Amino acid sequence: MRYIEPHAHMVSRTTDDYQAIAQAGCQALCEPAFWAGYDRGSVEGFRDYFRQLTHYEPARAAKFGIPHFTWLCINPKEADDVVFGREVLAMIPEFLDRPTVLGIGEIGLNKNTRNEHTILEEHIALAMERDLPILVHTPHLEDKLKGTRLIVDAMKNAGVNPDCVIIDHVEEHTAAIALDAGFWAGMTLYPESKCTPARAIDILETFGTERIWMNSACDWGISDPLAVVKCALEMKKRQHSEDLVQKVIYDNPRTFLSQSPNFKLA
Amino acid sequence: MPNKIDILDLYFMDARYKLIDIAAFLDRVDRHDGETDFRHAGFLNALDAMLNPGDQPRAKAVLDSLSDHSTEPAENAQIQFAFGAPQGGSR
Repeated sequence: MRYIEPHAHMVSRTTDDYQAIAQAGCQALCEPAFWAGYDRGSVEGFRDYFRQLTHYEPARAAKFGIPHFTWLCINPKEADDVVFGREVLAMIPEFLDRPTVLGIGEIGLNKNTRNEHTILEEHIALAMERDLPILVHTPHLEDKLKGTRLIVDAMKNAGVNPDCVIIDHVEEHTAAIALDAGFWAGMTLYPESKCTPARAIDILETFGTERIWMNSACDWGISDPLAVVKCALEMKKRQHSEDLVQKVIYDNPRTFLSQSPNFKLA
Repeated sequence: MPNKIDILDLYFMDARYKLIDIAAFLDRVDRHDGETDFRHAGFLNALDAMLNPGDQPRAKAVLDSLSDHSTEPAENAQIQFAFGAPQGGSR
């Protein structure tokens, strides 16, 4: 099965996972910058992380024949300190010319605070200044609905082209907010939160298969690096055609990601 | 596309065990000492939203019920994580 993993946090995963992903047919893997499970103590901590994302992980993935791409930002969970957030933001351009950087992400909101919102707006401005696509993290659980609305409003206020923005981690109550405003939408397949494969397919059946992808967002928590291919198998159980499965797990992410000049498939 | 029986064949047993798990969870809370917090009330409200979704899909009704419906950014955050139900009470 040929597929693209558009959102995975491989810095938290083992090399065995790369092997399994490669064996499952992964043609490319994209890794947004995220929260490490703890707050970094300094800007230098982020510099090391961005070096890991732009130097080390592409080399690790290449051993298994997988092109590795990345998105850069200070994640919203660490963005509530505006001074610190701006220091990290000022350092990001050092890495934007690396050959595997796709754009700015995963930016967004966590607890929907004014400070997070300020750093979100400054990330959007950086993306627009550099003409880069944006990958958006929407908040967890009870904060997702409000956060998704605030993020969409921030994008509209900034005048971002919605073709260049994917709003990730949508569920049944937020998919329409992203899609109806013209943005792309991502569904995250988690065993305990976000979407199960069955619910992700429900969302596809309800909202259609245009401008939407699915990802594992595998990280240091309970997550499954093979979630996308497992959901593809579930789509076949639900009698969806091979062409439709390929559209969702390969064609759609390729179309969105190809807006970044650095995204190239072998 | 699958018909209703196909969907039952695919998902009934899975949904059945999850339903019993929810019932057992509520029994477990009832059986133990102390007071509950906003999460328990939010959960019960979400069950009601599932059974009485109005004109919207049940999953959306449950998620809406478990969401913060305020519209202005928060002045600050006391926590970095989320509870799964709004602290101010579910809708």
